[in-house]
Amino acid sequence: MSLLEVRRLTTAFRTGRGEVTAIEDISLDIEAGEILGVVGESGSGKSVTALTVMGLLPMPPARVVAGSVRFGGQELLGLSEMRMERIRGAGISMVFQEPMTSLNPVLTIGEQIMETVRAHEGISARAQRERALEMLERVGIPSAARRLTDYPHQLSGGQRQRVMIAMALVCRPKLLIADEPTTALDVTIQAQVLDLLMDLRDELGMAIMIITHNMGVIAETADRVLVMYAGRIVEEAPVAGLFDRPMHPYTRGLLDCVPTLEQDTERLVAIPGGLPEPGRRPAGCRFAPRCGLRVDACAAGMPPLVGGDGHRAACIRVGAA
Amino acid sequence: MSMFGVFLQRLASAVPIMLIVSLMTFSLMHFIPGDPAAAIAGLSATPEQIKMLRHDLGLDEPFVVQLVTWYLGLFRGDLGRSILMGQPVVEVMLFRLPVSMALAAYALVITLLLGLISGIFAALRQNSWVDQAAMMFAMIGISMPNFWLGLLMILFFSVSLGWLPTGGYIPFGEDLVGWLKTSTMPALSLALLQVGLLARITRSTMLEVLRQDFIRTAKAKGLKWRTVVIKHALANALIPITTVIGIIVSLLISGSVVTETLFSIPGVGQLLTQAVLNRDYPLVQGGLLMVTAILVLVNVLVDVSYALLDPRVRHG
Repeated sequence: MSLLEVRRLTTAFRTGRGEVTAIEDISLDIEAGEILGVVGESGSGKSVTALTVMGLLPMPPARVVAGSVRFGGQELLGLSEMRMERIRGAGISMVFQEPMTSLNPVLTIGEQIMETVRAHEGISARAQRERALEMLERVGIPSAARRLTDYPHQLSGGQRQRVMIAMALVCRPKLLIADEPTTALDVTIQAQVLDLLMDLRDELGMAIMIITHNMGVIAETADRVLVMYAGRIVEEAPVAGLFDRPMHPYTRGLLDCVPTLEQDTERLVAIPGGLPEPGRRPAGCRFAPRCGLRVDACAAGMPPLVGGDGHRAACIRVGAA
Repeated sequence: MSMFGVFLQRLASAVPIMLIVSLMTFSLMHFIPGDPAAAIAGLSATPEQIKMLRHDLGLDEPFVVQLVTWYLGLFRGDLGRSILMGQPVVEVMLFRLPVSMALAAYALVITLLLGLISGIFAALRQNSWVDQAAMMFAMIGISMPNFWLGLLMILFFSVSLGWLPTGGYIPFGEDLVGWLKTSTMPALSLALLQVGLLARITRSTMLEVLRQDFIRTAKAKGLKWRTVVIKHALANALIPITTVIGIIVSLLISGSVVTETLFSIPGVGQLLTQAVLNRDYPLVQGGLLMVTAILVLVNVLVDVSYALLDPRVRHG
């Protein structure tokens, strides 16, 4: 049994133009202590997948159409809000993209960390404070004891993201979902935060699902990768396999977009066209209209994920080759 | 800056406002037609009697001399004597102010309770029947003139049902039940417009705050929804709502003129109306100055509460 087992998950949103499917038929596993990278463009459904697992999507307009989410063997979909509250922050935690807006501006950072402990563990105020302090020190906030009474606006962006991480990990969750944790940060800070996440993974033995559109972040951190496109998983692979021999044309396109120093071209490579809007997705393979290797059969039906050794892709060429 | 520092700074900036207001009321009263001496002397008085009275009241002095005399008194804490009642203005006002303040406070309590609660529930149940009903009620409150609502209530509760007196006033120090009986209708008619205003502002501000990222963070930590709404959302929404509450307090105080007249409540509003009609210069000038001072103080308190509610202001 994996720590997190998502099976055939489909989530839709009610909009003015009827119900629109955001993610479709998503299946994934995360093992204890593993770092799973989820990569894809904005709008590919990465965040919706994470928020569905956390039960944080506003319903309505969102609705889980089908599928199952099991965490430690327990089905999360359909769980009462009260039982879900016990899992959030203690079993599964989440770190968001924008450390600037993700912290409450009118509460001290100490209080924001301590209230997480208070929500899950019946310990004294003094013990809560000690836990918060210990965690702040662990995430590398200098003179943490004095920082407890600081407000978010008194910290830098990188420090705020460290506080977010401290807040998420203070109850030792088994799984951390990090949604674009470094996108809003300076490049120098990005590497520090990623290193911190990996150190904490080793130390606390938790699993991490890291969501990003940055292939560099994937290469640096992930054990295994999912590539998402237009609400579906198009490729799944161990990180080395993905970079060495990408199977899906979209993955290849993504990797070609990463500029290298050896590259002798003036222009950056880009995948032609744009992500289809949810609701206007093509029949058959979603990537077909932008794909250079397209054949008539691509429009016939959605190709299933196929392949061996944990490396699978949803492309009709994979089975044939 | 410390909270006390904010308080002192705002208080200091209120001094020029008070000067301008006092100058304006003084000038206005002296430039509108009408003569307090003639009003006091009555219809049968001879011109000589009126002239003597004008001299006794100091009204035959040039405008500038009267102004300077008044200011000199003001700095000694003396606002002069009411021509009509013959008593010091400060004394008359201090006798009437508690009546108006009690009424405004009662109306404010009603406004805060109904406005905040209905606004919060409307936001939490956006587009539901609760929301629609609350917003319709708010719209009616805003659209209905308060003197008309007062008249309707008198007709219904006093004339038809006979539950409450049509007017009059019993101080709460004497008889709390009596005070409630005489004050509830005036306070309701005064408050209802403000309830609508506050409910709508609270709803839109809460909706805005509930969309913020930190609300999602709070939920992701596993906090109870009640905690998220009160501790995280409301605490942030109160910052803009406080501005509106400050305006509402000003409106409650100034709106009492009509309400006190309608329900025959012997408050400041009724007093100043009488003073204006009788050209009681010292009472109008001194009375308005004291009311202005109260309004300015309310605004200073609003500014201080920003610092209390928002750490970014405290450290800014």
